[in-house]
Amino acid sequence: MKPAPFAYHRAATLPEALAMLSEGDETAPVAGGQSLLVLLALRITGFDRLVDVTRLQELRACRETDDTVFLGAAVTHAEIEDGQVPDPSQGLMPRVAAGIGYRAIRNRGTLGGSLALSDPAADWPPCLMALDATLVIAGQTAERRVPVRDFHLGPYTTALEPGELILGAEIPRLPEGARWGCAKHARKSGAFADSIAIAACPAPDRARVVLGASESHPRQLAETSALLSRQPTADESALRTAAAADIAEADPDADAWRRRCHLATVLKAIREARR
Amino acid sequence: MTEISVTLNGVETTVAIEDRTSLADMLRERLDQTGTRLGCEHGGCGACAVLLDGMPVRSCIVLAAMADGARVETLEGLLEDPIIAALSKTFHELHALQCGFCTSGMLVTARDILRRHSAPTRDTIRKELSGQICRCTGYVGIVNAIEAAGRDLASNEADKGTETAAP
Repeated sequence: MKPAPFAYHRAATLPEALAMLSEGDETAPVAGGQSLLVLLALRITGFDRLVDVTRLQELRACRETDDTVFLGAAVTHAEIEDGQVPDPSQGLMPRVAAGIGYRAIRNRGTLGGSLALSDPAADWPPCLMALDATLVIAGQTAERRVPVRDFHLGPYTTALEPGELILGAEIPRLPEGARWGCAKHARKSGAFADSIAIAACPAPDRARVVLGASESHPRQLAETSALLSRQPTADESALRTAAAADIAEADPDADAWRRRCHLATVLKAIREARR
Repeated sequence: MTEISVTLNGVETTVAIEDRTSLADMLRERLDQTGTRLGCEHGGCGACAVLLDGMPVRSCIVLAAMADGARVETLEGLLEDPIIAALSKTFHELHALQCGFCTSGMLVTARDILRRHSAPTRDTIRKELSGQICRCTGYVGIVNAIEAAGRDLASNEADKGTETAAP
């Protein structure tokens, strides 16, 4: 379990990191490394050079406005879990963070790393999609903004162009009193999820229900979100019908067991959001 | 080879390593800290847990180079720690180990559980311990030992009426 040789470089400044990343696809950024170092050790992937971006001020920054919170890409899951950074989500993000892997993983793993890897079973992609967050992405010449709903394109596939780096996520605040629910199914605590569902309701007539841990990338469940927005007290059998149709579309290759996992997490998340 | 410096168990230490060297391999092979065990070597078993700047990490999926300038504590450096002392006693009394291979990682993780949760419930202990794999005990003894150590520490603190701050 030793990775093939590579060079490691801790970037001192953002321009330095971006310059190194633009030199070709044999250079990869590394933050916590809690997925990348595993993939390298298993020799599933390989790079000639890793550029450590965890100390870059731009990626450690957190900024608040009345309507949004910006969290830097190198903020760790444990920092979100422990409330060491501002929470835009009335408790949803700390709850989600506490369920990622194990504490030793959360001490290292980062928000940006989870988004950039786009593992189908990851927690932040569906969570930030439900919160309608926008990613701020730096390239060598310009910065651009990509809504999370347009960022994940498939398993391990994102809208990031070669040489680009996620600086962080701008997350609209859930207003006080906003309801949310989240549910995850995994064989054991901390293991890769079989299904993740996040329901966020910024207003009583506005609900976003997102399914994660499908075969591909997370999707907003259109019928279910629309029903819940139109009719916040919709009875569970109507929600069940809407969710089943959405799940068939969001994860078309799921077997019967996986579809049941999805239905269970979606209904559980909605129940929690309506409690 | 790259030269890095870490404060290992309180001692400033400089060592030359290959960039791909894991923190675990550096500790075991270059610095003789063999209390840190390597089980799966890809972040799955928890046996290699050590403290990096006071926080538990899996040393097989942290590069030694990432620890440059940081504080590293292995079980060898925690023998005087009051929480580890309480855990050692209850692990011994309550049969929380058989072969002992996972024990270093269990103790480092259990110490962190007891620092973050005062007198944790069995449910909390089980959830927090879910990343540490033991193939001998069936975990019952380990959960019992952490629960008992948590109770012992809480009652010691109540007796003293002051807070004992761990380092």
